[in-house]
Amino acid sequence: MSARGEGYPRRMKTSQKTDDRDTGANLTSPVMAAFKVFQQELDTKHDKHERLVKLSRDITIESKRTIFLLHRVTSVPDVEEVLTEADLKLDGVRLNIRMIAEELRGEDLHQFHRAFTPGIQEYVEAVSFHHFIRHRTLISLEEINTKLVFVKEPEDTPEGQQPMGTPQVLTFQVTPTDYLLGVADLTGELMRMCISSVGNGDMDTPFQVSMFLRQIHDGFSYIGNTGPYEVSKKLHTLRQSLSKVEDACYTLKVRGSEIPKHMLADVFSSRTAMMDQDEGMA
Amino acid sequence: MRCMDIRKVVQVLEQTAREILTLLQSVHQPSGFKEIPSKCQKARELFCTVRTHLGELKTKFPVDQYYRFHEHWRFVLQRLAFLAAFVVYLESESLVTREEVAQILGIEVVREKGFHLDVEDYLAGVLIMASELSRLAVNSVTAGDYSRPLRISNFINELDSGFRLLNLKNDPLRKRYDGLKYDVKKIEEVVYDLSIRGLSKELEAGGDK
Repeated sequence: MSARGEGYPRRMKTSQKTDDRDTGANLTSPVMAAFKVFQQELDTKHDKHERLVKLSRDITIESKRTIFLLHRVTSVPDVEEVLTEADLKLDGVRLNIRMIAEELRGEDLHQFHRAFTPGIQEYVEAVSFHHFIRHRTLISLEEINTKLVFVKEPEDTPEGQQPMGTPQVLTFQVTPTDYLLGVADLTGELMRMCISSVGNGDMDTPFQVSMFLRQIHDGFSYIGNTGPYEVSKKLHTLRQSLSKVEDACYTLKVRGSEIPKHMLADVFSSRTAMMDQDEGMA
Repeated sequence: MRCMDIRKVVQVLEQTAREILTLLQSVHQPSGFKEIPSKCQKARELFCTVRTHLGELKTKFPVDQYYRFHEHWRFVLQRLAFLAAFVVYLESESLVTREEVAQILGIEVVREKGFHLDVEDYLAGVLIMASELSRLAVNSVTAGDYSRPLRISNFINELDSGFRLLNLKNDPLRKRYDGLKYDVKKIEEVVYDLSIRGLSKELEAGGDK
C-alpha cells in the first residue's frame, strides 16, 4: 500500500461514518451483546478495586496519625495515656480492615492485593510500633492476624421470632510479605524514636532500640535477596537506620557521662541535623 | 519451589503455542488459502496437547490462588486465546465466544469453578487476532481473493464497536486496544483500494457497505 494523496483521508472518513452508524445501531448482534456483558464485568471489577483503594488510603492516613501520636511517648510523662489513645485509633483502623474483608468475601484476594497493600503495610507499622513501646518485643504475624478476626452477629429479628443463623466469622489475614514490609518501615520510626529519646535525657531507650533494631536487621540480612523484590529494596534503608542508631549509642556511651543531661539534647540535635542532611542527599 | 514447576509447564505450553502459530501463519501464503480447512483441523488436534498441559498446570498450585501466580501464564494464555479465536474465524468467520475458547483449552470461564480464562485475557487474545486479520486482509488481495477483505472489514468494525462499549482503565488491555484503530484503518485502506478499482463486486452490489 503506497502513500496516498490529499483527497484520500477525506474519502475514508465518509465511508467510516457510514459504517459506524450501521454497526452502532446493531446493538442486538451476538457480538455487541457479549461486549455488553464484558462491560458490566469489567465495571464491577474496577469499582471494587476503587473501593478497596479508598479504604486503603483511609487506613494509611489513620495509621500514620497513630504513629505520630505514639512518638509523643518520649516527651510526655504518661506513656499509658498515649498508648490507650493509640489503641482507640487502631480500633478505628481495624473497622476499615473489616470493610476490606467484606469486599474480599468470596474473591481471590491476590486479584486485588495491589489495591490494599499500602494501607495494610502502614497498619502493620503502626501496630508493631505500639507493641514495641509497650512490650519491647516484635509483634508476631499471628498476633496481628488474631486481632483481624471479625465476628458478625446475626441480624436483628422481629419480636417473637428466633434469631436466624449463627454468628458469621470474617477474617482478614496479613500476608508474610506485607508483614515484612511493614516491619521494615517500622525500623525508620524506631530510629527516630531512638534519636528523640536521647534528646530527652533517656539513657535506657536508645540502647534497647539499638539492640532491637539490630535483631530485625539481622533477620532481614538472613533473608537477603531470597525474598520478594520489595523486601530486598528496604534492606538498604534499614542499614542506614541501624547505622544512625548505633552512632547515637556510641556518642551516648563515649560522651554521655561528660555532658550534663540538660545539654544532651543539644549534642544530639546537631548530630541529627547532620544526619538529616545526609538523608536529604541520599 | 512452585514457581519452577509452573514455569516448566508454561514453557511447554509456549512451545505448543508456537507450533500452532506456525501452522496457522501459513494461511497468509497464496498457496495456503486453499488449505485452510485442513490447517484448522490440524490446529484443533494440537489443542488436545494444550488441554493436557493446562490440566497439568492446574495441579501445580492451590486452586484458590489463581491470581497469585497468574503472571506466570498470562502471556501464553493470551496467545492461546488468540490462536483459538483465529482458528474459529478461519472456520466460520465469526467471533469465538469466551465459553468456546475455554472449551478449546479445557478450562473454566468462571473463577469459582477452577482454573479459568480471565475476561481480560480473552479480550487481549481477540485483539491479537484483529492484527492478524488486518494482515490477512492485505495478503488475501495479493493472493487474488478480493471478497475476503470486505468480510474482514465488517467483522473488525463490529469488533471495534464492541470494544467501544468497554470502560477501560489505563492498563495493558487499554494499550492493546489502542492498537485496534490501526488495524481498522489498514483494513479500510484495503477495502478502499479494491472499491475504487471496481475489484470488489460485493461493494458495488451492496451499495454503501
